[in-house]
Amino acid sequence: MAQSKDLGKGFKLNRRHFLAAAISAAVMLSTTPMMALADKPATADVNTTGLAVTDDTVTVGILHSITGTMAISEEGSVQAEILAIEQINAMGGVLGRQIQYIQEDGASDWPTFADRSRKLLRQDNVAAVFGCWTSASRKAVLPIFERFNGMLYYPTFYEGLEQSPNVIYTGQEATQQILAGLDWISNEKSAKSFYLIGSDYIWPRTSNKIARIHIEQHLGGSVVGEDYFPLGHTSFNSVINRIRLRKPDVVFASVVGGSNVAFYRQLKAAGLDMSKEDFTLLTISVTEDEILGIGGENIEGAYASMKYFQSLDNENNDAFVKAFKERWGENAVIGDVTQAAYLGPWLWKAAVEAAGSFDVDKVREASPGVELTTAPEGYVRIHENHHLWSKTRIGEAQRDGQFKVVYETDDLMEPNPFPAGYQ
Amino acid sequence: MFSDFSTAELMAIFAMQGFAGLILFAVFILMALGLAIIFGQMGVINMAHGEFMILGAYVTYLTSTLFSTHAPDLFGAYFFFAIVFAFFAAALLGALVEWSMIRFLYHRPLDTLLATWGLSLILQQAYRSIFGAREVGVVIPDWLMGSYQLTDMIEVPINGIFVMCLALAATVFVITLMYRSRWGMQVRAVVQNRQMAGAVGINSAKVDRMTFALGCGIAGVAGSAFTMIGSTGPSSGQLYIVDTFLVVVFGGAGSLLGTVASAFSISQSQSILEFFMGGSMAKVLTLLIVVMILMFRPQGLFSLKVRR
Repeated sequence: MAQSKDLGKGFKLNRRHFLAAAISAAVMLSTTPMMALADKPATADVNTTGLAVTDDTVTVGILHSITGTMAISEEGSVQAEILAIEQINAMGGVLGRQIQYIQEDGASDWPTFADRSRKLLRQDNVAAVFGCWTSASRKAVLPIFERFNGMLYYPTFYEGLEQSPNVIYTGQEATQQILAGLDWISNEKSAKSFYLIGSDYIWPRTSNKIARIHIEQHLGGSVVGEDYFPLGHTSFNSVINRIRLRKPDVVFASVVGGSNVAFYRQLKAAGLDMSKEDFTLLTISVTEDEILGIGGENIEGAYASMKYFQSLDNENNDAFVKAFKERWGENAVIGDVTQAAYLGPWLWKAAVEAAGSFDVDKVREASPGVELTTAPEGYVRIHENHHLWSKTRIGEAQRDGQFKVVYETDDLMEPNPFPAGYQ
Repeated sequence: MFSDFSTAELMAIFAMQGFAGLILFAVFILMALGLAIIFGQMGVINMAHGEFMILGAYVTYLTSTLFSTHAPDLFGAYFFFAIVFAFFAAALLGALVEWSMIRFLYHRPLDTLLATWGLSLILQQAYRSIFGAREVGVVIPDWLMGSYQLTDMIEVPINGIFVMCLALAATVFVITLMYRSRWGMQVRAVVQNRQMAGAVGINSAKVDRMTFALGCGIAGVAGSAFTMIGSTGPSSGQLYIVDTFLVVVFGGAGSLLGTVASAFSISQSQSILEFFMGGSMAKVLTLLIVVMILMFRPQGLFSLKVRR
């Protein structure tokens, strides 16, 4: 401050003033880190439950599948979490401590997830775990996190119907994603008839249940078909004929994994135009990651309802995409879940700092209301139910594999994992 | 369920549904043909069959990137080259696997199940390390991705027709080879009685290697064709393995004709059931029917009377 005051006086800066200014500046500079050091709370104060916290470091866990069928989906989450941790460390860490991470492989196998999470919590005493992707893996580790009082940051958009004191859900639960998407398409495309199609497991079935109730009771539309296919199903020609026959305004798709590629390639090959002529396709399961396999030319014109797209135009996201590509390569793509995974370490940091402690109980207490203004998706805040307030957006798939954002909700959508009237 | 539709609409839908069934039939044929040779003829339970298919898919992916960077003019035709490359790549790997592993296990057929299952895990992880865990997007030439407008309402996917032609060509090729060539006669001789075949001067080790390689090569061709309709990732092969074994076992091991008949009946019933009741229920019913028939005919639809 002294410096700028002197400079403000114009050219009257004489040697004495200059010296005084220089010295005060030097003192300020040299004391800042010392003060920070003095500010750093003692380990005994911030860690009363025996977590892996030292004077300089704090250890967290990353638990995703890096081998097996789910590796395709979870790879992006691992990358995002590592990036976030590195960025936090570059900024000085959490409560003056650098974050170290222990990465475990869930190997796409739910018992392995449970086993590895037990190891992270009991043997490594990690302060938090960022991980899991499928609901099945989350359900497998849940009892362990609750029993040993760990904290899990779970990134995937999922079916809801769960709220654990030991999990922070950084992806959207079903109603946030579905209701906004259906409202938009019903207004924008005057859609009346809907065809629901999904893979056969809990997430698509729960999502379609919510969608059906919303369509029939709130939008005044009708559901003309509802079909499920075994995971990994690769022949969709019959259902495509069913869709032709029923002529719905909208096909609402929650097909996942390898089936996704087959479904969109066969739609395209069948000569159906999913953007306007034949029907509008709205999906809740295709992100930029999936388009890599599907091919942009095969899904061009379809709409996706999510909270994040790589093409979002804001400062936070520009910086995030740039940093992600610098760290993981120019060709890296970032889907909805990858961004949600990136939020995990940042939300944990904010909660720890709000609590002034690494203790899981205190972090949990401090979590509701924790907000992040630097999130790539914009602004998010943790709700009392451990899910995030977030906006929902509609993106139109482009040939180059990106989405063009055509709509976003005005307000943050309230997370509602147990939606009354939708169960 | 059909009362609100006009006759013309219904006719069009049934015609397209017929095509859908035929396309699925062709897909099943391509999947099962290679395994019919390896499992049906040689008795090797090849759990890595799907991975050989995915090798073909990855070769197709490599060929497509090669053509798009070095010979963009020829891109429209790259698929034909890819199919040939896929055949040889998979056949080569097959010969290698036979030489290093399978040949020690001919007298222990159940052990081939474990060994090839291990091989499938190794191959999956190898693909994952080489090509990355994510699926790769194989760009298909435009002329293959469209549909052919037969009438106003009937549209047939061109890639479906392509798969049908390929399946037909592969079947004719294999049947000619097995039943009309000298080499095919040797294969059948070895299958029927290994010692006796050896005694009359057939080099059974060589015949085995060639047979295994041929089966794998055909799997590679199938994988190459499936890039048009399915995903190409390290574990995509797993999507096909169950259906493949189902077709071969149901058809009756050892009988190529049985494989064709079983592919036809399973694909038709699945495709028709799917149209009326959706994917999951169709699958359940198809499997139920197959299990029931196998209860009464454990040897499959067709079976050769072979003295072992």
